[in-house]
Amino acid sequence: MTVTLFIPCFIDLFYPQVGVAMVRILERLGHRVVCPEAPACCGQPAFNTGYWDESRAVAEKVLEQLKDAEVVVIASGSCGAMMKVFYPDLFVGTPHAPLAKAVAAKCYEFSQFLVDKLGVTDLGARFPHKVTYHDGCHSLREMQIHTAPRKLMAKVGGLELVEMKQTVCCGFGGTFSAKFPAISTAMGEVKCDLALETDAEYLVSIDSSCLMHLQGLIDRQGKKLKTINLAEILVQS
Amino acid sequence: MSTAAAQFRQDARRLTADLRHRQLIQTALGKYEVKRDENKALFQDYEGARQFAAETKWEAINHLDQYLDQFVRGLEARGTKVHWATTAQQARDLIVGIVRGKNARRIVKSKAMTAEEIHLNEALEKAGFEVVESDLGEFIVQLRNEPPYHIVFPAMHLSRGEIKDVFQKKLHDAPSDEPEELTMVARRVLRQKYLQAEVGITGANFAVADTGMISVTENEGNARLTAALPKTMITLLGIEKIVPRLEDLGLFLPMLATVGAGQLISGYNTMYGGPRQPGEADGPDEFHVVLLDHNRTAILADAEQRDALHCIRCGACLNVCPIYRNVGGHTYGTTYPGPIGGVITPHLRGLQEWKHLSYSSSLCGACTEACPVKIDLAHHLLQNRRNATRQKPSGWQKFAFKLFAPVANGRVMWMLVTKCGRIGQKLHPLLRGKPLDPAYCWTKTRDLPPIAPQSFKEWWRTRA
Repeated sequence: MTVTLFIPCFIDLFYPQVGVAMVRILERLGHRVVCPEAPACCGQPAFNTGYWDESRAVAEKVLEQLKDAEVVVIASGSCGAMMKVFYPDLFVGTPHAPLAKAVAAKCYEFSQFLVDKLGVTDLGARFPHKVTYHDGCHSLREMQIHTAPRKLMAKVGGLELVEMKQTVCCGFGGTFSAKFPAISTAMGEVKCDLALETDAEYLVSIDSSCLMHLQGLIDRQGKKLKTINLAEILVQS
Repeated sequence: MSTAAAQFRQDARRLTADLRHRQLIQTALGKYEVKRDENKALFQDYEGARQFAAETKWEAINHLDQYLDQFVRGLEARGTKVHWATTAQQARDLIVGIVRGKNARRIVKSKAMTAEEIHLNEALEKAGFEVVESDLGEFIVQLRNEPPYHIVFPAMHLSRGEIKDVFQKKLHDAPSDEPEELTMVARRVLRQKYLQAEVGITGANFAVADTGMISVTENEGNARLTAALPKTMITLLGIEKIVPRLEDLGLFLPMLATVGAGQLISGYNTMYGGPRQPGEADGPDEFHVVLLDHNRTAILADAEQRDALHCIRCGACLNVCPIYRNVGGHTYGTTYPGPIGGVITPHLRGLQEWKHLSYSSSLCGACTEACPVKIDLAHHLLQNRRNATRQKPSGWQKFAFKLFAPVANGRVMWMLVTKCGRIGQKLHPLLRGKPLDPAYCWTKTRDLPPIAPQSFKEWWRTRA
């Protein structure tokens, strides 16, 4: 299969290793990976702030780039939700509406693609650490991704998963984190406390944007916790 | 920024830094979640019940004119006087007029968020009447001159010590901080008030169209006494409270109790269909029902957000909202806080003045998931944001997002951003975390990750 990998802006700049891990895993599974160079953003920041016209300008470019893709794999659950769930809303009543629907139908978040589309759960990875898992809210509630990352983690050698006692937002929320930093930070603290309670060494997620916010808080406050994207674990052997 | 938005920000900063408040609310709502889930599990098919509840409210709201007509005819047939109020002012004037017409001085009132919405108590007090809240939580916050903190648990932000203090100060009676003893004090005070009051005011949880009755749910029996003892009863309710059939309550009463308070069913569920009928032993001589619009019809006209009128005011979306849990109920500065408040307040009180409530959400969707009548809350917050910027965009944000399209979408521009970012980052430590820092809203409390020495796209190009 030819997989078109969509690398969001923050993965490109801050977490390239996540994208690299995805390329290596997909290639190891025998797929051809292509990666369009131009679009770096799905348009979510403008969309969530209410600027739908400006968001559409970004998203149109994405649609053009992806229109011929066989499948699109997105290196973030949140950007995945933007493309799979919100593009059809964003383009409703515009000439791009049919294309938005067509592209949305072939979009997958990375772990969702592995488990639901390819039926792969065991990648032969080893990660001998105690971890806990953060469900990014868009992954969980817009993309309905709950079991896929857990199935993948269950097959990682040496990995021990301890769930947090509550499923709650980390407080990132895109531009919300900058518009309401005090609330966002308090939510991040509540999340970190839940993770620390599990005694895990790593906080794992498929959403590096959530982790960017949490790691920023962890570093500032010197908390004993590390964050890691699931793909970085799956690539280890 | 509107005055309300500035106040929200200021209060949010204060409350999020208050770790005692955080602990109190997280603990209380954590316990609620446990009880809620225990009772949800008792439904044979909770998701099916939720779907049915949503469809029932959909039916009611999409045929609101017919059902309201049926509701009113039933009430009037039993001698109830029904009044229609388009605005909050009209509703206040109507109620003040009824009380004045009875030459009444004292009013006892059970819990009604709709009355909070129109600031009824202030209007009645200004007109010279004494109004006493009879719900224990409302009684406590009234003694403290505070609005309710939560639409179901008005005094949940208070410790028993704080309740003892206010009883001591205002009632000069607080033997200890034991809940039972404090409740007995309130009971002694309130029993006198019920007997003295000439008028009782209640809200309504549901308006049953086919029987023409209002349904009131409570746990203390105070609403029953409020309705039964005074000679005149007034019920104020929003027009969206309609359910089509009496049998619908078979679902809505346990649903409300479960998601609203983590109870199987509330302690008292009472139906009121009119004043005392010939041959009946008790009940008020006169029964007035005031139906309030107050911009609900504007929501009804909005096809996209009409389902916001499904709301049964259970508070489930507040309870699961991580923003509510951190900033608390008073910070919102409005009658309906949390996600439902963020959706409807801009409709009820003005989009530009209240749009910050639609923005102050991480859009996590916990509210949508919790809503028993399936209001698409998180997405409505997004739509309010869209409507607000369409109506009145912020110049610099519009410019920034316009600029973003060619930058994020252009290969060369993005390469430039990557390289400039690396340079900017070298200089950043000079300003980091200081008010002059362009990323101050982030860096005040969080570190920024460094731009990688080789970005993904740079790596990808090396493979080509």
